[in-house]
Amino acid sequence: MSKKIALIGNPNVGKSTLFNELTNMHQHTGNWSGKTVGVAVGKHKNLTIYDLPGTYSLIPHSKEEEITSDFIISGNYDIALIICDATMLERNLNLVIQTLEVTNKAILCLNMADELKEKGITIETNKLSDILGIPVVLISAKKKNGINELINTINNFKSKHTLKIEYIKEIEDSIKSIGAKSRFEAVRKIISNNNYLVNNYLLDLNIKPLDSIMKSIYDKCCEITNIVVKKKKIQRVSKLDKILTNKITGIPIMLLMVITILYISIVGANYPSSMLFNFFTWLKPIINNFLINIHLPNVITDLLVNGVYQVLTWVVAVMLPPMAIFFPLFTLLEDFGILPRIAFNLDGYFEKSNACGKQALTMCMGFGCNAVGVTNARIIDSKRERLIAILTNSFIPCNGRFPSLISIISMFFIIESKLFNSLLSVTILTSLILLSIFITLIISKILSKTILKGIPSFFTIELPPYRKPSIIKVIIRSIFDRTLFVLGRAVVVAIPAGVVIWLSANISIGGSAIINILSNFLNPVGVILGLDGIILLSFILGFPANEIVIPIMMMGYLSNSHLVDISSINTMKSILLSNGWTIKTALCTLVFILFHFPCSTTLLTIKKETNSIKWTILSFILPLLIGIILCLMINMFFSLVV
Amino acid sequence: MHLSDLKINDKAIIKSVNACDKELRRLYDLGFVVDSLVTPILASPSKLIKAYLIKDSVIALRNSDAVKIEVEYV
Repeated sequence: MSKKIALIGNPNVGKSTLFNELTNMHQHTGNWSGKTVGVAVGKHKNLTIYDLPGTYSLIPHSKEEEITSDFIISGNYDIALIICDATMLERNLNLVIQTLEVTNKAILCLNMADELKEKGITIETNKLSDILGIPVVLISAKKKNGINELINTINNFKSKHTLKIEYIKEIEDSIKSIGAKSRFEAVRKIISNNNYLVNNYLLDLNIKPLDSIMKSIYDKCCEITNIVVKKKKIQRVSKLDKILTNKITGIPIMLLMVITILYISIVGANYPSSMLFNFFTWLKPIINNFLINIHLPNVITDLLVNGVYQVLTWVVAVMLPPMAIFFPLFTLLEDFGILPRIAFNLDGYFEKSNACGKQALTMCMGFGCNAVGVTNARIIDSKRERLIAILTNSFIPCNGRFPSLISIISMFFIIESKLFNSLLSVTILTSLILLSIFITLIISKILSKTILKGIPSFFTIELPPYRKPSIIKVIIRSIFDRTLFVLGRAVVVAIPAGVVIWLSANISIGGSAIINILSNFLNPVGVILGLDGIILLSFILGFPANEIVIPIMMMGYLSNSHLVDISSINTMKSILLSNGWTIKTALCTLVFILFHFPCSTTLLTIKKETNSIKWTILSFILPLLIGIILCLMINMFFSLVV
Repeated sequence: MHLSDLKINDKAIIKSVNACDKELRRLYDLGFVVDSLVTPILASPSKLIKAYLIKDSVIALRNSDAVKIEVEYV
């Protein structure tokens, strides 16, 4: 018969790594809390394994922790497999003891065995097992040590009498008088003050139930740790942390890391991108001939090939290579443990904006994809702060917008000097990134002073030890989890977009194509913003995916009926110049790329996450408004100065 | 004195924690309980948040929250 195994543990103890190891599934792991959202289920031979969200306690604070504590209290499993970080046993024992208050069907799994040696710590597992009354297995999920022993222990498991903690007499009396299903259920009731009699009884004796109960648990943790753990070395602050959080070097190094990753993604993507382009161009006439041969009407063939196929392959060729480089690199940083340090360094600024430090994390995810950033805002407990993080996420330029930014920068802001070219373009790109972060902070502040009023909520973040990520796993997982996921959604929207773009370029009313009628109509608005009708229309038609904004622009300027691939940046520049582009146009377009409406995927994700039309509409208007204001300001500046 | 008053690498013992129930639970979960040894080890560039070594783990708290914890030098 299949045994049900529930994995439970603090955030960051390697639960998901063990889960993946046992089930061969690709649950993404990250070196920061809040990675497992919802319960993942997998199989290992006769075992069904449930990976529960990480929690510090069975008295939940957030939705995810509630999932875990409800699952454990329900008792609907054969074994609760408690995973602990062996290097910080004392704190982890808190959850172990709480779990043993609920069930005696438990096994303790001490992970990070490999780190124990480095840190000069020894744990007497036999003694620990005797004290707790449950099997204790020492493993290293990452190095795959001890997994077989763990499986044997699970298969041969028999429940015994386990450690029950003794609270002070008054609490014990209260537990008896409450009469709940389990001891821990009674403890939860006492802590949440929902029994009037008990509440008053303890109040009269001047006993604070939460303080007293936690004190008893932690005293026990301390007592056990003193018996079983021997430390030879004193823990020291890592040198890396000193540099990374240093007042002078900290933030610049982190900014440099983000920019390096972006730069590698963009430059490194050029070659595979052009290979994909060549491949798709080679394939195009073959598909075209095939469609003609099966006697499809010419109009349909043209729509499919020059509309759908062209847009679809453009999106794939432009999006896939940078994402396939960006996400693995980003995941390496994430697994190494950099993200909590970024949140730590930037928290002061977010606190001043009355927002949550974890917003720094969702902001970083936004560089990859805004939709991913919005989804990850779930890690923020306070609803107000979560909404701020969601509403401001699209201010951060995603991977889809970087190629457009880079090409405009290299066309208009770089003087003919090869040595400084890349350096200068990186500097301009950095300023744009800083501008987007600055606007994020300002708008967060404005939101928290107006429609999302409130003071910053309590904020804690654990800085886990740096851990060497397993590179191959990271690459495979981030490509499957993130790259293909995002690409899949982009492809879904690119198909209808291809149809719409083709139709607007090929259907004529009164002798001119819809695309021209629309761009003429938009032109006056565009001119006020320092742009033109074609540029505005490109942003509107590029709503499904920001990658296709520049190609549509080119299509509009060349009055082509399909997207064009312009290989040389100089040809592109001369086309733009002959259509009246100046430095001002380029600057306004750059700003508008940063701040317009979120793409359709992000918007759908916002709707899903907030479950509210109101916030979705606001997240559409907010960046647009900022873009309009900034463009008007640039225009004013140019008309005054130039 | 308050936890937020400690200088980097000062060693102290927690004497009491005075916060609302929700915050108390979070602090207790992370190991900030009475009688625990605590040492600030890192300050962020803004100085508004510090990282503390507590029960072998490193936890960052904003100064505005660390005020709620009373400590004494060891």
